[in-house]
Amino acid sequence: MALKIIGSTCTGCSACEPECPNVAIREKGGTYVIDPKKCTECEGQFDSPQCVAVCPVDGCIVKA
Amino acid sequence: MQSASPASSTPPAVAFVGIGQIKRLGDPLDIPAPSGGCSTEGGEGKASCGSSGGPDDMPPEIWEKVKNHPCYSEEAHHHYARMHVAVAPACNIQCNYCNRKYDCSNESRPGVVSQKLTPEQAVKKVVTVASEIPQMTVLGIAGPGDSLANPKKTFDTFRMLQEQAPDIKLCLSTNGLALPDLVDEICRYNIDHVTITINMVDPEVGAKIYPWIFWDHRRITGIEAARILHERQMLGLEMLTARGVLTKINSVLIPGVNDEHLIEVNREVKKRGAFLHNIMPLISEAEHGTVFGLTGQRGPTAQELKAVQDACAGGANLMRHCRQCRADAVGLLGEDRSEEFTQDKIDQMEVVYDLDRRRSYQEQVEIERQAQHQAKQIALAGASALPVDDLKLLVAVATQGGGRVNEHFGHVTEFQIYEVSAQQTLFVGHRRVDLYCQGGYGDDEQLPSVVRAINDCHAVLVSKIGACPRDELSAAGIEPVDAYAGDFIEKAVLGWFNDYRSRVASGALVHQHRGDAQIRQGAFTGAQQAA
Repeated sequence: MALKIIGSTCTGCSACEPECPNVAIREKGGTYVIDPKKCTECEGQFDSPQCVAVCPVDGCIVKA
Repeated sequence: MQSASPASSTPPAVAFVGIGQIKRLGDPLDIPAPSGGCSTEGGEGKASCGSSGGPDDMPPEIWEKVKNHPCYSEEAHHHYARMHVAVAPACNIQCNYCNRKYDCSNESRPGVVSQKLTPEQAVKKVVTVASEIPQMTVLGIAGPGDSLANPKKTFDTFRMLQEQAPDIKLCLSTNGLALPDLVDEICRYNIDHVTITINMVDPEVGAKIYPWIFWDHRRITGIEAARILHERQMLGLEMLTARGVLTKINSVLIPGVNDEHLIEVNREVKKRGAFLHNIMPLISEAEHGTVFGLTGQRGPTAQELKAVQDACAGGANLMRHCRQCRADAVGLLGEDRSEEFTQDKIDQMEVVYDLDRRRSYQEQVEIERQAQHQAKQIALAGASALPVDDLKLLVAVATQGGGRVNEHFGHVTEFQIYEVSAQQTLFVGHRRVDLYCQGGYGDDEQLPSVVRAINDCHAVLVSKIGACPRDELSAAGIEPVDAYAGDFIEKAVLGWFNDYRSRVASGALVHQHRGDAQIRQGAFTGAQQAA
């Protein structure tokens, strides 16, 4: 269970990085990537995945 | 983006608001003066200082804060430069006029940027620019996201810069959502200028502008989102006023959405001690990829913008000289020298920050500024007094600086617009007329768009003008005037106005009403000259 960022639509704005409760997001070559081993989809932590909620690009973060 | 709005588009026949349609502000508000501020002193609720004010119009401690700040002092913006560093890419809200994916060096509007910087890179850039441009006095963080949605990057930049260049004034702009939580931090870094973008004080209106906010770990939409944002904006503004931080309120005028509502915004922000209110036209084109661009929401015409600004007279003071610059702009307002300071160029520059050199340069700037000011006062005192009547006209002026009519018509990238009546000559804004693209357009193709940009003016004052544009302007009903070449602008405008009135009085001319004008959308590529 994990989310992934579609690199071609990521703007690299960095909004998602500090919101992740699992520190699963990092920058890679100007855009951001999610470590699937760390991602919990915020299950049990928040109502909805924080990265999806803050991302300015609809459909940029999807189920892996 | 390669091209902005089609050059052929014309102002709409039906305006949402017109002069006279908007109610003036009602009775003066009874408001306590904010701590350390000056914006509510004076009679009739009229603020006593603002961007057009000078040292005689405000308490010395306020003048000290604004006199070298190009955004807070209309006069200062002719002499002092500012820069923005793009260290804050993240945002905590979505606005329908913003698309942060957008990036183009030919684009010039808030929120747009070419290179994102780390705080370290940003500080090096500021120090480099400050060494090259000694009249650069202000550093702002204005995005491309929200400065306070990136508090670590924003405040790291301020902290490091203060250590290396303590004379540079710091300011930031924000949507206000995170502001109340960070007011202490803002005061810790001596940031004495904060801009808050406030487009509404009614969540019903806000819901049409903000699709969502990210708040308390949730994405909140609709009226609730706008209500929270509104409450945080008002709270943040009140807190800053209580601490004596000068605030500028930016409002984007969106025809049919918040045009008349901005009069209420003006009243509410004045009540809470805002120093300045900057009402800016919406920039909206489909190719920007914004919601408003894609849904065909248009920006206001020149007269729609002016109608709202005029209706706010008596409320919070208005900033009229905003150029809606980029989140990485460098230079005087109206010019953009960011291309000279790209990351690779900065990497190759050896920089020594010479505070003494900056100080002595700025002393020279100050001497020149005083000389201009005095010369202008003498010139105006000599201008003949006119009998009072209701006639009020707009005049476009071609200037390359120094407060004089001293630019050739063909070289103008932006006109300054003055409103003249027997009572006063007032700077009311500027109109960009630079080319959309550098290639492919000659002077002949350019002229019709110049006419559209100043179509509400009765005359255009220039140092020189060629025969062809002279004829075309005359045919369009705009009088080309080169008789005042080299004169101070106010004196020239008044002189022409006097002449115009005597021609009307003698029957040589029939006074006619002018139409509306178009506000140029999109790229600002041509201005490499002083504002």
